[in-house]
Amino acid sequence: MSGLIVSDLSISHGAISAVKNLSFSVDQGQLAAIIGSNGAGKTTLLRALSGLIPVAGGGATWKGQTLLGRKAEDLVRAGIVHVSEGKSVIPELNVKENLALGGIWRKDKKDVAAATEEVFELFPRLRERIEQSADTLSGGERQMLAIGRALIARPELLLLDEPSLGLAPLIIDQIFTAINQLRHRLGLTVVLVEQNAMSALKIADIGIIINVGSLVTSGPSKELLADANLRAAYLGY
Amino acid sequence: MRKSKALSALTFLALGLALLGLSNFVDELRVYQGAQIGVYIIAISSIILLTGYSGQISLGHGALMAIGGYSAVLSFTYWHLPVLLAFTVGALSSALAGFILGMAAARLSGPYLAGTTLALAVGLPSLANQFHILGGEQGLSFDIGEAPKWIADKTVGEFTQYKWFFWITVLCTLVTMWFIKNLLQSRYGRTWKAVRGNPSAAALSGINVGRSKVLAFTVSSALAGLAGALLAMLLGLVAPMAFTLTLSFTIVTGAVLAGVTNLAGSIVGALVLVVIPELTDAVATHLGGSQKITANLPGLITSVLLILTVIFAPNGPQLHKRMRASKKESSNTIK
Amino acid sequence: MLILDTLLIGLSSGAIYALMALALVLVWRSTRVVNFAQAGQAILSTYIGYEVMNRTHSYWISIPFAIIAGGAIAAFIDAVIMRALAKRSHKGSVAEIAPVIATLGMLGLIRSLTGAIWGNEYLQYTSPVSGKGYLIGGHTIPFSPQNTVIVVGALLVMGVFAVIFKFTNLGLALRAASFQPEISRLAGIRVDRIRTIGWAFAGSAGAVAGALVTPTSYLSPNSLDLLLVSGFVAAVIGGLDSLIGAVLGGLILGVGFAFILQYIGTSVTFSAAFIILIVVLFVRPRGILGSKVGRRDA
Repeated sequence: MSGLIVSDLSISHGAISAVKNLSFSVDQGQLAAIIGSNGAGKTTLLRALSGLIPVAGGGATWKGQTLLGRKAEDLVRAGIVHVSEGKSVIPELNVKENLALGGIWRKDKKDVAAATEEVFELFPRLRERIEQSADTLSGGERQMLAIGRALIARPELLLLDEPSLGLAPLIIDQIFTAINQLRHRLGLTVVLVEQNAMSALKIADIGIIINVGSLVTSGPSKELLADANLRAAYLGY
Repeated sequence: MRKSKALSALTFLALGLALLGLSNFVDELRVYQGAQIGVYIIAISSIILLTGYSGQISLGHGALMAIGGYSAVLSFTYWHLPVLLAFTVGALSSALAGFILGMAAARLSGPYLAGTTLALAVGLPSLANQFHILGGEQGLSFDIGEAPKWIADKTVGEFTQYKWFFWITVLCTLVTMWFIKNLLQSRYGRTWKAVRGNPSAAALSGINVGRSKVLAFTVSSALAGLAGALLAMLLGLVAPMAFTLTLSFTIVTGAVLAGVTNLAGSIVGALVLVVIPELTDAVATHLGGSQKITANLPGLITSVLLILTVIFAPNGPQLHKRMRASKKESSNTIK
Repeated sequence: MLILDTLLIGLSSGAIYALMALALVLVWRSTRVVNFAQAGQAILSTYIGYEVMNRTHSYWISIPFAIIAGGAIAAFIDAVIMRALAKRSHKGSVAEIAPVIATLGMLGLIRSLTGAIWGNEYLQYTSPVSGKGYLIGGHTIPFSPQNTVIVVGALLVMGVFAVIFKFTNLGLALRAASFQPEISRLAGIRVDRIRTIGWAFAGSAGAVAGALVTPTSYLSPNSLDLLLVSGFVAAVIGGLDSLIGAVLGGLILGVGFAFILQYIGTSVTFSAAFIILIVVLFVRPRGILGSKVGRRDA
């Protein structure tokens, strides 16, 4: 079933072209890892898909409906939720308030409460820190909080930007395990942007490798992991 | 290079003579308004230098004008200095105040600088009530006397007081413009542009950003001081009422309307400030509007112009056009 | 006794400064612009209150009208002017100061407009409550029933704000949107709309300040200009982005001014505002409760 389809997408920063004629697709319920080095255009791509920046050309649809030209806040309400780079929490607010923010606009308050409870079950640490201000949290806890807030919006498509950035290996494992559990349990479609190629491809169904804004290759993640050339050139080990 | 400099000097000279000649053929009111335009040109240039070239904002230049005005009048009255020398004293005093303010300003960013200079504009004129020598609310009168005989005798018709004001203002304005033009082409001018464009890059390339900003503030203040002294001459007095917050706002408005990055625009800005009240007066009288409306129409129109300019052509009409042109060019080359 | 009197005067004027500072801080937090038009917005709302009072002959009825007008004017300015300005996200040397200039333009526009409608002369917007000081033990203190109205009114506004900001979803959205607009959008908050609501709150606070303080003096198109400066200084003392800081800054400034007036003289008041501002900016640039962002890059 067609989920996310990106076709011939180009994005530019002023005169500089950040993403060039990129095409790929992610089926519903799949977890896609977008791999590439720093400056490959991964973050730019996610920002365009979630409505934060305009594109220069091409198309992007989710379940047949375009994502382009819509406001970020409206896309969230349509189930496309982006957890941006760098532990996207609001440090001035406490854990409870950060989580509440994800559901303010939702009419079904019962379900917001239920979703919040699920988040606490997934990340028990957040419950322990509920009154704590977000800037006192560790990097891993912030990432949990950011993902937790996204879940309260009951997303269908989750866009995750570098959840492993700056975290210790043990924490990275925890986060990735949680992401993997989530998508199986909730039937989420996940687009995971990562520099940490190994961890990402291990849980992903498909991998999409981009370099300097262009597609290098895409395919089932097992095949990508098995390709010695790719491993040497892009996966960094 | 030297040739073009000589040529531009000649242009300035010719312009001056033409203006002075012109003063013989128009009526008194126009001569006076001509002098007003000259004062505004200098004041607006001081803002353009500060904001357009050095990227700092001041809502308190009215206060710096007051310092220039009071210093000129005091030195004229008590030291019996010749007028032009008194004006120089005015400019230098403002420069000193501007230097001190600039030191503070270099540490402050946009909103804080705007608020601090605003507080200065509100606070400073009230000092006049504090010191007896400043004459309180009534202020001090300033009568520069009539033109010397050797000038008056050589011109056509009667050499009126206003014509003398006009001549002095034209002289000061031309000298100021000449000075700024050369300053902007000098090392300092280029430094300001570099700092305005990208402060961190400028700092990395060895420019002392703080010093550059303080210098811009000092020079700008000197110009404001000169404008204040000239304004005092035109009004025949210095008083707190002459240097209100409105004056500070007016010259910022003039600078924005002129296009804050365009020195030549100061002429347009000054013209607008003097012509709009004239026009609205005529319109209001014609339509028989009440005094309330006549008195407030100019402010209304300049404010609307200011808002529209800042939304639709924030860098001034000229630069806006240029930026659009260069944008087109760059997008063409990409394709 | 004299010290107590001075404190009381300071409390009353400090309450007004605090309201103005609140208005400036609310806008600063959401839009990163010092709204110089706030003096104009407050004066226009006060004129509207004045008109309502002339028709209804009630000061008390006129106040809610002034508050609503203040909110509506502010929302209009944000939704029309500031949004247009943000949309044309221009680069260049003046991009940074364009919003400040726009608020100056609005200040000029509103002043001229009020002048054209009501004239530039001084009008009386009177409160039914006495402006004469209370008589305590044969001694008239400089604190009048109207001062009580001012302090109580300001406290009410602060209380309402505190409840909204701390305990409601709207308050949560307002805080989130002003701290981290982008993350808030990604959480589904309609940040543009929330910002306009923030402006409306600011406008209402300014309107309360105008409606409460005007009966103690007079009403003219620029009678609140000095209040703008005091409000700004108070906001800076409080750290410019803290609501509690704004209230404290207002009270500190009010009491400070009262002592200067009492012991040095009336003529230095506004030079004092400037000097206090400079001292705060140099000694403690982030104010008493400001966030850690330095003033230089704020």
